[in-house]
Amino acid sequence: MFLETVLLAQRELRRNVLRSSLTVLGIVIGVAAVITLVTIGNGATQQVAEQIGSLGSNMLQLRPGQGFRGPGGASSDSKRFTLEDAQAISNDIPGLAAVAPTANASTQAIYGNENWSTSITGSTNDFLKVRNWDLDSGREFGDGELQSGRAVCIIGATVKKELFGGQEPIGQSIRLKKIAFQVVGVLKSKGQASFGNDQDDFVLIPIRTLHRRIAGNADVGGIMVSVRDADAIDEAKSAIERLMRERRRIAYGGQDDFNVGDMREIMSTVTGTTKILTALLAAVAAVSLVVGGIGIMNIMLVSVTERTREIGIRLAIGALGREVMMQFLVEAVVLSGFGGIVGIALGLGAAAAGSVVLKVPFVLEPGIVVLAFGFSSVVGIVFGFFPARKAARLDPIEALRHE
Amino acid sequence: MNETPVSSNNNGAAANGAAANGALIRLQAVTKVYGTGIAAVEALKGIDLRIGQGEFVAIMGPSGSGKSTCMNILGCLDVPTAGTYFFQGRNVGRLTQDQRALLRREHLGFVFQGFNLLGRTSALENAELPLIYRGLPVKKRRVLAREALASVGLSGWETHTPAELSGGQQQRVAIARAIVTHPKVLLADEPTGNLDSERSREVMELLTALNRDRGITILMVTHEPDMAKYAARQVHFMDGLIDGRSTEGGA
Ligand SMILES: Nc1ncnc2c1ncn2[C@@H]1O[C@H](COP(=O)(O)OP(=O)(O)OP(=O)(O)O)[C@@H](O)[C@H]1O
Ligand SMILES: [Mg+2]
Repeated sequence: MFLETVLLAQRELRRNVLRSSLTVLGIVIGVAAVITLVTIGNGATQQVAEQIGSLGSNMLQLRPGQGFRGPGGASSDSKRFTLEDAQAISNDIPGLAAVAPTANASTQAIYGNENWSTSITGSTNDFLKVRNWDLDSGREFGDGELQSGRAVCIIGATVKKELFGGQEPIGQSIRLKKIAFQVVGVLKSKGQASFGNDQDDFVLIPIRTLHRRIAGNADVGGIMVSVRDADAIDEAKSAIERLMRERRRIAYGGQDDFNVGDMREIMSTVTGTTKILTALLAAVAAVSLVVGGIGIMNIMLVSVTERTREIGIRLAIGALGREVMMQFLVEAVVLSGFGGIVGIALGLGAAAAGSVVLKVPFVLEPGIVVLAFGFSSVVGIVFGFFPARKAARLDPIEALRHE
Repeated sequence: MNETPVSSNNNGAAANGAAANGALIRLQAVTKVYGTGIAAVEALKGIDLRIGQGEFVAIMGPSGSGKSTCMNILGCLDVPTAGTYFFQGRNVGRLTQDQRALLRREHLGFVFQGFNLLGRTSALENAELPLIYRGLPVKKRRVLAREALASVGLSGWETHTPAELSGGQQQRVAIARAIVTHPKVLLADEPTGNLDSERSREVMELLTALNRDRGITILMVTHEPDMAKYAARQVHFMDGLIDGRSTEGGA
């Protein structure tokens, strides 16, 4: 009986193909939007997680301010670190493989007629060690260059490509803030680029050089630490916290004005942010599902009016009100469910295309597909209820007289 | 017309004879008022009527005299404002809407002046419609609907939609739909109202045969005395009352 009602409903809907298609368009768009956004969002989340994961699990990151606020999210009002802080960590805490104080700036890099806007990090050779970045050609900084703040730089693959094309950059000079920096090394390409986050678009210079020639202050924005043994990471973390509290004169029980993040925390914060963003976008898209539902209600009401006589006949020959109601409800659900299926197909297609364009992995989550289909069916029930009840409550005599 | 075996028929006379308290249909002082206050219209002003199993009754009277109002009550589509209506001894006025629907489904068949077939739906599917609500499986429904169409002389027209059928054929599909459930009573409100005299005669002969061969009780409203003659009994309405020109049932 139920299957028959479904068959009857789809036949009824096929009678008016154009109208039915236009009616479900709202649902199709809503479902497609939700599926696309969530799928691409999941891909992005996974990619960010992979990128962070590739940094290695034995990395710690010190930032001023409370809590990790995502990349570059250090609060500006907290006291900065100094090179001496980094030195103290490196001297006093055992079991560390590398300690890299970092400071950032962004500027134009110019070579000949080419110019390229990029981000500059001032640090030491330890930075490459912490991040596991290898040189493709050239060399690291020399001790003298680091100490005296010489204008030398190591560039990423993108910067090399943009400024030098096919030419050999080692030994050439590029201009950063009107200062000529000699290129001493080129990094291997990391090959990952997405969401405008290109790890190869990068210039490394000695941190003292950045302080003196570019920033004009001696602030250290953050300190990256690599722990030799990943198992000792918690130990190292609390040792660093103790040391920094002491150095920054924070009283016992006082609030820390810095933060030591390990990869787990950073990962959960960053992926959390992407997830919230995804959820927000999906929620906006879900609104169009509701709009689609109103479209269905509208057409179902028209349909009930058009088919008043039919309803009258059915009621007269002994159909119960609830049977008529079921017929119209099933029609609404078939309509919205069909819209859901089309929307899912469309959304997955758009997500697949979008993930190619945005260079994020295509992560199909079956849960969201089931959810979208379920939700579109629920939309049919909710918005089909009122018209269906209207049909069921018709007076057979009146309905039969209807023109 | 084909002779489909139907239970409890062919002894309609016996049932008629047993009219007294065992009457199939009994109206007692039935009134129907539409609207309230000064806008109120008293369509029926106190109807007493008994109809026995197997009767063929023609209901006549001028326009607005309350014929359709009375038919709606007899067909359990509506309930009296006052008075009582017993169908097979059950007080219809006390039944819920669903109970009345079930009663229609079980025992009543309807034929309307305007045919009231489902458009863009084949004759066969129109004829099987009441069986859907009886929960019969498709195959059984098809067999019964074919039988019903055959008994109204429409074998071979199963796949035609109402738009592809003449008025007379459409009314015969409607009759097939009304009898496909083997109802006790067939209610027809001006079944020939939209047909020419030739088609009207065909329909009347069909109804007469159904009454005679299957013992289906037929209540038919008509304006035409020619059509009323097919019925064994006439009931005349005038201003919401039954007047003296009516003939008695089972007499
Ligand atoms: N739903 C209604 N609301 C208000 N008044 C009604 C309604 N139905 C019928 N009436 C009134 O009740 C009276 C009887 O109507 P009814 O339809 O029973 O007449 P009828 O004998 O069938 O007439 P006809 O031969 O024209 O079909 C008329 O005065 C009509 O206006
Ligand atoms: Mg009438």
